[in-house]
Amino acid sequence: MSAVSNSSGLVRAAESSSGGVWAAAWRRLKTDRVGVASMGIVGVFLVIVLLAATNLVASSWQQEVGVPNAPPTLLGPQPQEDTGTIAAHKGPNVDLSDIDPLAPRYAEWAERAKAFKTEEVTKAETLPLGGDRLGRDVLAKVIKGAEVSIVVGLAAAVVATLIGTLLGALSGFFGGKVGDLLEWVYNVFTAIPSILLIFAFAAIFPRGIGAVVAILALTGWTGIYRLIRAEFMKHRVREYVRSAEAIGASQASRMFKHILPNVSHVALVQLSLHVVSFIKSEVILSYLGLGVGVDQVSWGTMLAEAQNELILGYWWQLAAVTACMAVFVTAFALFTDALRDALDPKLRGLE
Amino acid sequence: MSNLLSIQDLKVAFRMGKVDGAMQRQLAVKGVSFDVPENSTVALVGESGSGKSVTAMSVLNLLPTNAERTGRILFQGRDLLQTGLRELQAIRGKDIACVFQDPMSSLNPVFNVATQICEPLMKHMGMSRRQALVRAEDLLHEVGIPEPKRRLAAYPHELSGGQQQRVMIAVALACSPKLLIADEPTTALDVTIQRQVMELMARLKESHKMSLLFISHDLGVVGEISDHVVVMRHGQVRETAPVEAIFNNPQDAYTKALLACRPSLTENPARLMVIDDHIAGRAAANQAVVKDDSAPVVLEVTGLRKSFWLKDGLFGKREFKAVKGVNFKLRKGHTLGVVGESGSGKTTMGLALLRLHEQTSGTMGGQVLFEGRDLLKMSGPDWQQMRRRIQVVFQNPYASLNPRFTIGQTLREPMEIHSIGRDTAEREARAVALLEKVGLDASAMAKYPHEFSGGQRQRIAIARCLTLQPEVLVLDEAVSALDVSVQAQVLNLLKDLQDEFGLSYIFISHDLAVVKFIADEVLVMQNGDVVEQAATAELISAPREDYTRRLLGAVPRGYTGAAVVARGI
Repeated sequence: MSAVSNSSGLVRAAESSSGGVWAAAWRRLKTDRVGVASMGIVGVFLVIVLLAATNLVASSWQQEVGVPNAPPTLLGPQPQEDTGTIAAHKGPNVDLSDIDPLAPRYAEWAERAKAFKTEEVTKAETLPLGGDRLGRDVLAKVIKGAEVSIVVGLAAAVVATLIGTLLGALSGFFGGKVGDLLEWVYNVFTAIPSILLIFAFAAIFPRGIGAVVAILALTGWTGIYRLIRAEFMKHRVREYVRSAEAIGASQASRMFKHILPNVSHVALVQLSLHVVSFIKSEVILSYLGLGVGVDQVSWGTMLAEAQNELILGYWWQLAAVTACMAVFVTAFALFTDALRDALDPKLRGLE
Repeated sequence: MSNLLSIQDLKVAFRMGKVDGAMQRQLAVKGVSFDVPENSTVALVGESGSGKSVTAMSVLNLLPTNAERTGRILFQGRDLLQTGLRELQAIRGKDIACVFQDPMSSLNPVFNVATQICEPLMKHMGMSRRQALVRAEDLLHEVGIPEPKRRLAAYPHELSGGQQQRVMIAVALACSPKLLIADEPTTALDVTIQRQVMELMARLKESHKMSLLFISHDLGVVGEISDHVVVMRHGQVRETAPVEAIFNNPQDAYTKALLACRPSLTENPARLMVIDDHIAGRAAANQAVVKDDSAPVVLEVTGLRKSFWLKDGLFGKREFKAVKGVNFKLRKGHTLGVVGESGSGKTTMGLALLRLHEQTSGTMGGQVLFEGRDLLKMSGPDWQQMRRRIQVVFQNPYASLNPRFTIGQTLREPMEIHSIGRDTAEREARAVALLEKVGLDASAMAKYPHEFSGGQRQRIAIARCLTLQPEVLVLDEAVSALDVSVQAQVLNLLKDLQDEFGLSYIFISHDLAVVKFIADEVLVMQNGDVVEQAATAELISAPREDYTRRLLGAVPRGYTGAAVVARGI
């Protein structure tokens, strides 16, 4: 309808003062209140991850700084538990020195002990967000865990997007035999239930961050592949690509210089959607013990520990991890939505 | 005769979002008034952006939600600006119906024809499905679709463009509306189909005793169908008059300019009128450059064939012959026009010359000799060299430039590929020079395609071809998507460039009037065959084939007084 296209033409005219599509998207993103707020939250998390990665914060997460299962500061110290059923006797101890064969040496030992410095480590009764079974600080663990989980999520999403985009571009652009082969690979991957596929990869890879990234990326590229392939098929026959062919642009140039920037918004949105889902997958993997190594901490390993603690009534580790994860994932998802809104309408107008 | 629709001082503004807390508004229609009497056709004419569509869409409030309307729109004495949505919905489709420009996107691809015609019948007329189906069949018969019973079960993609538009008209007619708003209903169609659809609309207007509000950018089309003409520009009415007065005695300078800029079959100007020149009183330069008939032949095509493989059954494939043997010689500085309806193979032929079809799509045959060397048999590196010398401009100016490239990048790329110019600075300089040649200035270099209008984009696409200093340019419906006034500018530009650089054109179009203006020789194609081939003047004055005569007859002639479609039947 030309009336609508007229008005969108006016919108374009108003926005086209300078810069390209990305600048316009950024301007639009800036006006989205929810988008800016969520971007701020994601930014804070990323700063924390950076600080944790450079060991500026939470480097000593493995030290047992509190009493086992120290409660959060807000709740105050744990009440002293009754250690036995027999009431403690009041009055002086019975003197056993006459029948104790070691009694003569006590003084000597005390003398020798004085030569060494002994320091009584006073373990904190309470910690800001509580402590775990070994008395490690939950706050430090959550920060260190955030580093691992978010790095894994981001890295896996980047790798998956690279695989998906490259294969999708090849399949969509060339079609024919190349397309058939890649479709066949795609079908094999999607025919297997994804969680089963993740376990299968987890079984053959050693444990560690790199392995988790590889597992998630190798199983998660399929959706991106399909979308990028469809976009390439659509753009391949567009007149601007034909024009590029007519002036002699090579296939690689047409694929990556001409078409890719025009479909990159799809890849970008997919990238951020996958960050969220990969963080959740990493948590599941680590929870099941197939994720990061035992000497590392991630939100998933913390959730796995929290399960046992919860039975004993120590809920703070669970609460801390869940809150952190919920805030980050929600903020990231809202940010992704805002990003898509900012990137998409422009392109719809352009086509 | 009373007025069915009366628009009084209509203003439409679009809210453009807030800047510094103040709402920005863009005024698209600036106080428009006109009447649509009963049983008559009123045409709204203007270029893109004149506000004609916005005016028409305000009647039923089919505008985007950021539109604000003021003024009065009286339909049968009722102000449509004051009616609520529910009442408006009762009017939409029943009393006032719409037909839009692009029939393919106006029909819902997942419903068959029957469903789409029956929907308004069942909704507004309270018919049962069975009754509605009977009525739908009658309607299809009325709009001239053969075998209406079978077509009811068809889906939009199974119909041709003309048939789709007929179905759209049938949907619009379903409830016998009193007013039919047709928004550029024939712009997306070939001239021959355009003629048929116009004849149909004129006939239906009489038989249904309804009024027609016809929106178009082409005064030639409008003159054939309308009783009154409203000329709009920049959101304002420039002239309102009966059609005879518009054509015989136009008052407004803009109307005169619009009338002058359409290429016609009878006159033979060297250049076309351009709106601004006409308004400024500048006459078009009228000395035709005499073509040298003994100029060297640059392109010699013999027996060019192209076929596509179609799937047939589970494993089989069938050959579809799209081009069945084309022969022509193109001389330096000359233009070969290629005319035909959609599906005649003219575009396929053009792309085959450039080897732009995929290798696997089908077989190709014949010879395309460029200075004695066969383009079709050339090896990769040789062909890459040859690409410089034969270039193409496509139809859709909105799709042929990469939206993510600045104009500078777009123009530099071909030079970089073919190592023309020593460095970026030299290439930039060349690009700027070419932009100036096509009527744009250096400030365009840093801009993106969406900042330009359709005509400007087509100029940029032409400039991109010129960066390679080609000898042959294939223009594939290069002006068909443009407004008549912009079309005139681009056609003039093409002629100037031809004179200056000695370019040879292969000009593909469905409009014989345009081809006549630019071409020296014309090929008429039908179903992949060349049915007639002759010098332009000869072909226009004495066409030998019926098909050519039909194409000639389909060219809109404007108001001629007598030869008007179905007037007064």
